[in-house]
Amino acid sequence: MIHTLETVIREHPFFHDFPEEHLSFITGCAKNVQFPEKHFIFLEGDPADEFYFIREGMVSVEMVIPHLGATTVQTLGEGEILGWSWVSPPYRWHFNAKTLKRTRALVFDAKCLRAKCEEDHNLGYEMLKRFASIITSRLDATRLQLLDIYGHND
Amino acid sequence: MATMIENEVPQGLNADPMIPQLYRVDRVRDETDDTFTFSLVPENGEAKISFLPGQFNMLYVFGTGEVPISISGNPALTSVLEHTTRSVGIVTKAMCLLKPGDQIGVRGPFGSHWPLNEENGRDLVIISGGIGLAPLRPVLYFLMAQREKYRKIVLLYGARAPEDILFKKELERWRGKFDLEVQVTVDRAASGWRGNVGVVTPLVARAPFDPSNTVALLCGPEVMMRFAVMELQKRGVPHDRIYLSMERNMKCALGYCGHCQYGPGFVCKDGPVYRFDQIVSVFGKSEV
Repeated sequence: MIHTLETVIREHPFFHDFPEEHLSFITGCAKNVQFPEKHFIFLEGDPADEFYFIREGMVSVEMVIPHLGATTVQTLGEGEILGWSWVSPPYRWHFNAKTLKRTRALVFDAKCLRAKCEEDHNLGYEMLKRFASIITSRLDATRLQLLDIYGHND
Repeated sequence: MATMIENEVPQGLNADPMIPQLYRVDRVRDETDDTFTFSLVPENGEAKISFLPGQFNMLYVFGTGEVPISISGNPALTSVLEHTTRSVGIVTKAMCLLKPGDQIGVRGPFGSHWPLNEENGRDLVIISGGIGLAPLRPVLYFLMAQREKYRKIVLLYGARAPEDILFKKELERWRGKFDLEVQVTVDRAASGWRGNVGVVTPLVARAPFDPSNTVALLCGPEVMMRFAVMELQKRGVPHDRIYLSMERNMKCALGYCGHCQYGPGFVCKDGPVYRFDQIVSVFGKSEV
């Protein structure tokens, strides 16, 4: 079965109940991409003008720390969204994203989408609602990591 | 393999459940720098060991004290009893010093068990964190012996760091041999680690199982289980197909002393394995 971009986007949980009138615009902002293993998808400090749906593979979100080197804070896999720095100023990546395996994804032109969201606040709200949910989940996960729940306390 | 699951819940080898049975340490194996598995054999060599996955024993280090420890061994073996524990308290630190040939007291097995035979024909998703994998190891032994009775089996396991992962060799072997989907994640890792980084709960969203025909077994820190339940609910797994192993301060293991009270019941007697809909009103509440 051939999955068109629109089908893939429509079936992704991120776009569950997304208003029909915006789906064709969203689809117009998307294209398929592939990255080889150990490829930097983006680098800390660069303009954050895209976001990604990972369709296959694995991506490490990491930061280079002096004396520790590249340190992974999180990995993302199939079905997950990579990148939300495009949502808020200064629209620059806060981390590096590097593939740990060959990775297929949909990349979205967030610069174009950002401009459209400014024009159409209904679309902007729908997008922000969904990204807020992702940001909340990532914050929860980070808090659990900080709690060191498997730690060595009695 | 004998399916002990089909039998009644074992209630210990001794007529009086308050009297420990004498066992001898046969072997001690380091799992990580602070976690070890020791194999025990009955001093009375004729006794047959029988337990159900999920049950626990009270282990008595003479002169130090008694602690509840989940059974981590193969339920098909009737001659050896295995427990995996972390050396964190007075008793477990003393236990860590035991050597082959030393004696230890054992009361048990006690408590409820994972619903394995009741739920065959379904997908199984097993979610564990840290030392919480130990009470699920008998489940994995059981499932691998009866692999054909279940559909997909997915193990999601979170550990602190790669060096804290328990039963590494067994997990690798089972993954290769028995069509077991294993996803391990660690909270932090050095650059050489090629696996997942992050907590275990987000793995639920992308794990390959059919929520409408899945049973979930959870064991780990309570906060981890809270978030895992939320993720399972998002996927649509019903409450009556989520099972959790709860941990409380168990002392007598018979429901007499009240130390492990949890809501209207006692973890030692009514648990440690609960079906989620039975504890949903108290789960996650402090001082319950």
